Amino acid sequence: MTGDVGASVEAIFREERGRLLAALVRRFGDLDLAEEVTSEAIEAALLKWPVDGVPASPGAWLMTTARRRAVDRLRRDKAYAARLALLQVEADRAAPADPGADGGLPDERLRLFFTCAHPALPEVDRGALTLRYLAGLTTVEVARAYLVPVETMAKRLVRAKKKISGARIPFRVPEPRELPGRLPGVLRAVYSIFTEGYAASAGPDLLRHDLAEEALRLGRILHRLLPAEREVTGLLALMLLTHARRAARTGPEGELVLLEDQDRSRWDRAMIDEGEPLVVRALTGGPPGPYGVQAAIAALHSTAADAASTDWPQIVHLYDVLRSLTPSPVVDLNRAVAIAMRDGPQAGLTLLDALAGEPRLRGLHVYPAARAELLRRLGRLPEAAEAFREALGLAGSEPERRHLRARLDELP
Amino acid sequence: MKYLLLIHGSGGGAVQDWLDYARAVREAGILVAGEAPADPSLATSVTVGAGGERVVTDGPEDREALSGFYVIDVPDLDAATDWAARCPGARGGTVVVRPVAEYA
Repeated sequence: MTGDVGASVEAIFREERGRLLAALVRRFGDLDLAEEVTSEAIEAALLKWPVDGVPASPGAWLMTTARRRAVDRLRRDKAYAARLALLQVEADRAAPADPGADGGLPDERLRLFFTCAHPALPEVDRGALTLRYLAGLTTVEVARAYLVPVETMAKRLVRAKKKISGARIPFRVPEPRELPGRLPGVLRAVYSIFTEGYAASAGPDLLRHDLAEEALRLGRILHRLLPAEREVTGLLALMLLTHARRAARTGPEGELVLLEDQDRSRWDRAMIDEGEPLVVRALTGGPPGPYGVQAAIAALHSTAADAASTDWPQIVHLYDVLRSLTPSPVVDLNRAVAIAMRDGPQAGLTLLDALAGEPRLRGLHVYPAARAELLRRLGRLPEAAEAFREALGLAGSEPERRHLRARLDELP
Repeated sequence: MKYLLLIHGSGGGAVQDWLDYARAVREAGILVAGEAPADPSLATSVTVGAGGERVVTDGPEDREALSGFYVIDVPDLDAATDWAARCPGARGGTVVVRPVAEYA
């Protein structure tokens, strides 16, 4: 029972944890120490607050407590303190402290976002680090999120942390000239968390759902910290508009429901209303980025009453733009499907067939599944059945398999 | 913090580029050491066996092997990778950045 209570309290402190950790990393220049005293401060709060009441400024209370613990620790361990002091001097040489940073509790999380998604860290670990240190999830929760054993995740996080301190990956926000090179990595880390939440709605699907919610929360934080970065706005819009469809994405049997067959009255209107103005901002004031364009495509679906009245010519146009920004066979596939909606199934099928043998589509069930749909619409049923079977052999998640099996069974 | 920049591959860059780079590193006040080995055809390998016997052999004559190195003292990895990116050897080759171990 206590475990359950502990877990829910952990969740309450998630937001605080990220803020506190970032401020302490900024202050002491050491992730390990910051992590240790953040946990200690939260534990102290769990003991004290129920008795003494919640302090007027909980964030400041936690920060003071954590700082005091850190100073205690450094007093006990002189060698460690000397090393950190040296680190701090060097860090200040590289980036002078923000003026007025000692006043209230400045939000230092942006630095930490860039550290967690640093290009010198393995790409697969960046999402996990972001979840751990910015979303404030425990290692156990991060492991569960990625469906890997706790021990495996703990090892990966420790290894990444060692690289951060050993190679001295800095805690800093890149300068404006570096930002175009570095920001996409941060956005990719957050979006990878979101897509991971959608990758497998099978099994413990509630947890996976949480993952999409965590990514949304991170997207909101990032948007608050970088309100003028249009791709940040675009990413948040894309996640909101995609997540708005979550209730309609699966049918009563837990099967996947394709966009065109979804009951649009079950889409989350509040989330769409939040996302749509962000799309406009993401696309205003310069050439659009890939997240802005994908958000615009999502918005065109959100505003359409059904698949038939969707603005397919505009969607095809946006896929053309996306293709010029981030060429990939997956984009080509989506474009082919949009063209099928605009010009009929044969036009789409011709484009899909041209993608046959594309190595980056090999092993993905979406390619044969898309072909199967178009073949079915063209009345080429034996070929459609064959393609559905091929897709079934490749689909990983249970909702996708249920959907494909149902489609196969429906063929006359 | 000291970083070793290991320049691999025969890389691009005219002689003047390398001289300019060397001067820039020196003038930035970050240079600890920096050398480039002569032609790999002049390499000799030495190994000592379990019984203490010394084996000296010709080679290896590996053109993709180390073609130079710098040791620089800069605040952090970002600064080190900036300097690595400016190195002419990074064009058409690779510069591996490794922190120098500290034995305090």
